[in-house]
Amino acid sequence: MNATTFQPIPARPAPVNTEGPVAWVKSNLMGDWKTTLSTVLIGAVLLWYVPQIINWAFITASWAPRYEACSAEGVGACWGVITEKYRIILFGRYPYEEQWRPLIATTLLTGLLVASCMRRFWHLWLPLMWLAVLTIFFALMYGNFGGLTKVETDRWGGLPLTILLSSLSLVLCFPIALVVALGRRSKLPAIRSFCTIYVELIRGVPLISVLFMASFMFPLFMPQGTQIDVLLRVLVGITLFAAAYMAEVIRGGLQAIPKGQVEAAATLGLSYWQTQRMIVLPQALAMVVPGIMNNFISTFKDTSLVTIVSLYELTGALKLGINSDANWRPFIIEGYFFIALIYFVFCFSMSRYSRWVEKQVNKSKLR
Amino acid sequence: MAETKSTQPIITFDKVNKWYGNNFHVLRDIDLSVAKGERIVICGPSGSGKSTLIRCINRLEEHQQGHLIVDGVELTDDVKAIDQVRKEVGMVFQQFNLFPHLTVLENLTLSPMWVGKMPKKEAEEKAMIQLKRVRIAEQAGKYPLQLSGGQQQRVAIARALCLKPKIMLFDEPTSALDPEMIKEVLDVMIAMADEGITMLCVTHEMGFAKAVADRVIFMDQGQIVEQNNPHDFFNNPQSERSKDFLSKILGH
Repeated sequence: MNATTFQPIPARPAPVNTEGPVAWVKSNLMGDWKTTLSTVLIGAVLLWYVPQIINWAFITASWAPRYEACSAEGVGACWGVITEKYRIILFGRYPYEEQWRPLIATTLLTGLLVASCMRRFWHLWLPLMWLAVLTIFFALMYGNFGGLTKVETDRWGGLPLTILLSSLSLVLCFPIALVVALGRRSKLPAIRSFCTIYVELIRGVPLISVLFMASFMFPLFMPQGTQIDVLLRVLVGITLFAAAYMAEVIRGGLQAIPKGQVEAAATLGLSYWQTQRMIVLPQALAMVVPGIMNNFISTFKDTSLVTIVSLYELTGALKLGINSDANWRPFIIEGYFFIALIYFVFCFSMSRYSRWVEKQVNKSKLR
Repeated sequence: MAETKSTQPIITFDKVNKWYGNNFHVLRDIDLSVAKGERIVICGPSGSGKSTLIRCINRLEEHQQGHLIVDGVELTDDVKAIDQVRKEVGMVFQQFNLFPHLTVLENLTLSPMWVGKMPKKEAEEKAMIQLKRVRIAEQAGKYPLQLSGGQQQRVAIARALCLKPKIMLFDEPTSALDPEMIKEVLDVMIAMADEGITMLCVTHEMGFAKAVADRVIFMDQGQIVEQNNPHDFFNNPQSERSKDFLSKILGH
């Protein structure tokens, strides 16, 4: 009996073109009558509204810092409110002549934040840089040396306060969250229940009430005469709050690591901490990058709640600056657009950065 | 064969009992002594306790009763004793359990560098020797998931060998592999068997058992039912239970 030789059939291209812009439009916009109908409807709505928005925002808008010009007939957006009030929106109640100080301090801190995100700056001296920049930040902002006037922390405001609160609370909440997440999976019941109680207590209350307690209730329990700075109290409040949520995100990642990974590490003689640091956490954190970034972004925006305890960060400073001036009060909506843009730039950068991190950590999964 | 080996057993189970929870008695009065350099194949139906048995040897599982002595050290809750035993015992798992976020080479050098405090260069040289031994040196820079199952399992074997273990445990090393890949893993294991490492292997690869095992142990319901040299075990099983089991796995 003769053995037949195996002859593979040569590969052929697909019969219908599935690549390129024409094929994309065909399959995504004009697939069948339902998609075609929705394409036309949505297109019509866009055609109707987009020109109106452009008209309002740019063509008929008033850019001059004169409120009379804004009130005139047929004028669209009043960007003059920004031109007039941007200093108070950006820097809050910080003394007007001294606002170069928060400007330099914030530029430094933002620069360091951006640098910390880049791999080429991941050296041992990065934490030292943080220490140095934070020292400069506080020294510049607080003053009271070398001819700089003293500015109490309750007058700090606007963007510097937003960036300070969010960067410090994010940097500090992460290590706390790691320890709490590991603690909730500990074999020791005392540690496990302590971490569980912490997470459940914090998650059980809104951030506003945490801030309220930090700011008004906490001093009542302190011995007479001791004063802890309101900024510090609020910072601790936000950090502990963010850490509880972050811990749960990280715990989700920890639970997704197969038991076999830990067993393999054990048979190789790795200790508990070596196993967590080199095997479990790198994989767990890589899995929950989107969740972590989600929390970062939401904490960044949650800092706007500190207005409740009379710290005027970006949102608070906007209301403070514009509501106090009856002439400009009708145009606060444009002010909101302005700070929305600032928030968006920060949040969108974080979101893009998270995509980059995801790509980096998923390199080992590429086939 | 037996004369060339030391008479002092390297592993001794003395009336070892283990339960999962209160009611699942998974190991029942296990008595077993393994001579240095001995190669043992453990088989039996699923749930018979064979994996649990070998996982007790490096304390991935704890036993609740009896004594278990590995290379002169009794396994108890003492962490130092456990660490000492784990230095001497390598393990290969059914699911490979390679670290997917590390390259093949990093998988191999991790423990020598962090536990053995070996300099990186030396660890990498030694790792490459082991990778050559399992015939996979050219994949050193890849990540585990970029390799086939058979290749991954060979990396896992090389990783365990990097610690120069006296004892190697294999927990169904070929059960998760495609048929075409089983042979490449078994070939590596057969080559290892000639080097005098004590081997305990849970497997249903009866060809492997016939080729390398000094002893075959048949387990059922947490007990050792029968043990014998492979020739006698396969040709002349003593108990009804082993006859029944063999007829099922060899019957087709």
